[in-house]
Amino acid sequence: MNTQSNAMPETSISAQVSAPVSNFETRPLYWSVRRELWENRSIYVAPLAVASIYLLGFIVSLVWMPRAMHGMAPPESTPLLIRLAMPYAHAGMLIMVTAFIVGAFYSLDSLHGERRDRSILFWKSLPVSDRTTVLSKAAIPLVVLPVLVFAITVALQLAMLLLTFVSVSASGAGTATPWAPPVLEIQTEFLYSLIVTTLWYAPIYGWFILVSGWPRRATFLWAVLPPLAIAAFEKIAFNTSYFGSMLGNRFVGFAVEAYNLTDKNGVPIDPHFIPLSALTPGRFLSSPALWLGLVFTAICLAAAMRLRRYQGPI
Amino acid sequence: MTLEAATFEVKSSSQTPIIEARGLRKTFGTTVALDGIDLRIEEGRILGIIGPNGAGKSTALNAILGLTEYHGELKVLGRDPWNDRDQLMRDVCFIADVAVLPRWMRVSQALDYVEGVHPRFDRAKAEGFLAKTSIKRSSRVRELSKGMVAQLHLALVMAIDARLLVLDEPTLGLDILYRKQFYDSLLSDYFDGQRTIVVTTHQVEDVQNVLTDLMFINRGRIVLSCSMEDFESRYLELSVSPDRIAAARALKPVRERQVLGRSILLFDLKSNGVDRQQLAVLGEVRTPSISDLFVAVMSNSADATQGAAQ
Repeated sequence: MNTQSNAMPETSISAQVSAPVSNFETRPLYWSVRRELWENRSIYVAPLAVASIYLLGFIVSLVWMPRAMHGMAPPESTPLLIRLAMPYAHAGMLIMVTAFIVGAFYSLDSLHGERRDRSILFWKSLPVSDRTTVLSKAAIPLVVLPVLVFAITVALQLAMLLLTFVSVSASGAGTATPWAPPVLEIQTEFLYSLIVTTLWYAPIYGWFILVSGWPRRATFLWAVLPPLAIAAFEKIAFNTSYFGSMLGNRFVGFAVEAYNLTDKNGVPIDPHFIPLSALTPGRFLSSPALWLGLVFTAICLAAAMRLRRYQGPI
Repeated sequence: MTLEAATFEVKSSSQTPIIEARGLRKTFGTTVALDGIDLRIEEGRILGIIGPNGAGKSTALNAILGLTEYHGELKVLGRDPWNDRDQLMRDVCFIADVAVLPRWMRVSQALDYVEGVHPRFDRAKAEGFLAKTSIKRSSRVRELSKGMVAQLHLALVMAIDARLLVLDEPTLGLDILYRKQFYDSLLSDYFDGQRTIVVTTHQVEDVQNVLTDLMFINRGRIVLSCSMEDFESRYLELSVSPDRIAAARALKPVRERQVLGRSILLFDLKSNGVDRQQLAVLGEVRTPSISDLFVAVMSNSADATQGAAQ
């Protein structure tokens, strides 16, 4: 076999495939994300279900609200603005927490399910790289879920606004007195919080995706116990808790970086209504913890891509 | 005992081979799955790899498909399968076995997805194959029978304009009707002499008339490799009555077995220099089945004693 005849078909193959090269990068990614949504319908069903239940509860509460408004004036301690903003803030938080739970469980199963049901052999029989596959799975908690959460929350809040308007107008209380919080400001702040938490929690998702590609079973234990064991070891061996506080910081630490938690008079701001002036995107984006977390996420995903190459059915 | 393969080349020619391996080795811990295999498969062949469980068939296929790491040299369509799996899969298709299509997937989703990710998938062709079956577009894979899943998978794969199709036990657990249909449509609707098919199966009788080349593999080594024409001219089975058995045995059969009071002797015409006429006078001669030759080769390679009749 001379090398010349070896090289000939090779070049003709690459010539054939190089033409629609842009399609080859994005099309498999797009279809891989779609297939994740086909398989894991909870990604959109769960937030939608929570939003529907919340809306139902809100409608029931509306029947009582005008009377409550008449019956008791807002206490001095709770400003009207906060009272009005509360249901809207709760709606957003609830859907966000739902999406976090969905995203965490999705990530823990992302590279495990295909090995468990042997379908990895089917996926690997198609011209989709491990990189595309892992990226499509990471896109679910990092892109798809936040977008869904925002869209569903905005739709829910607008429905609440409309229903309140109808109810207030019909009850004769009139729209002269304030009946709605500044929804646009709430939604802008919500979008900011969504981006902040997604970026801050990215290493959690990245770690979960990596772990899902490794053990044969019990991905949850593999994901959770080793970090706890490290924290416990550090505490026992050195009586320090750097690792433990780092873990804790990973869950709640975004707040001090992304918001001014007190106003200029030193009064703590109410989390139900955070004015746009309290947002500190500059401080957040220059926080080393954020970037360390994102680097850790990238390492986890790169390792997951490499790991998937070696993995087959279990 | 001279049953060892003279050459491991499958129909050599000056063409670029579809698959070329030299010294292909793979070990799992202390278990040797592939013990230095040399292999060369040309375009347009249908190669059957036959071997007992654990012989290394699946490992060999996994190496060819880029699913497992290996030592040695291996080129599939001129590519390194381990490093270029996703590139390679534009020109290679495989069916691992009937159970790997994701059970949650709808038939229509499977069509959409493969159309989306595979540049050489012809959806109309796949729809055409499915139209001949009773598979509904809205069904989920888990609702289909085993045979229907195999039909679906075959429809997807046959609609891809690939150069190499690898089938690892594609008909495992299917009834005889589905199995026959599977190979029939593979030959009539897919194979065109330009494509190459590599198949492993335990249901040897199904593929006897499908293959162009045959390879026996045992304990990670190739123990026999020949084209089907060679197989038919080289091996002969003689059915002989008891009064002529001594004469027949003198011609050194590679294996002997008893069926209904007659002895069936398997001869390797190439290795012991006997010819067809010599045997024809002793009794009835015919081409053996692949499974008879397989048993003969395996029992010989197992205890290395000639004529290890049961």
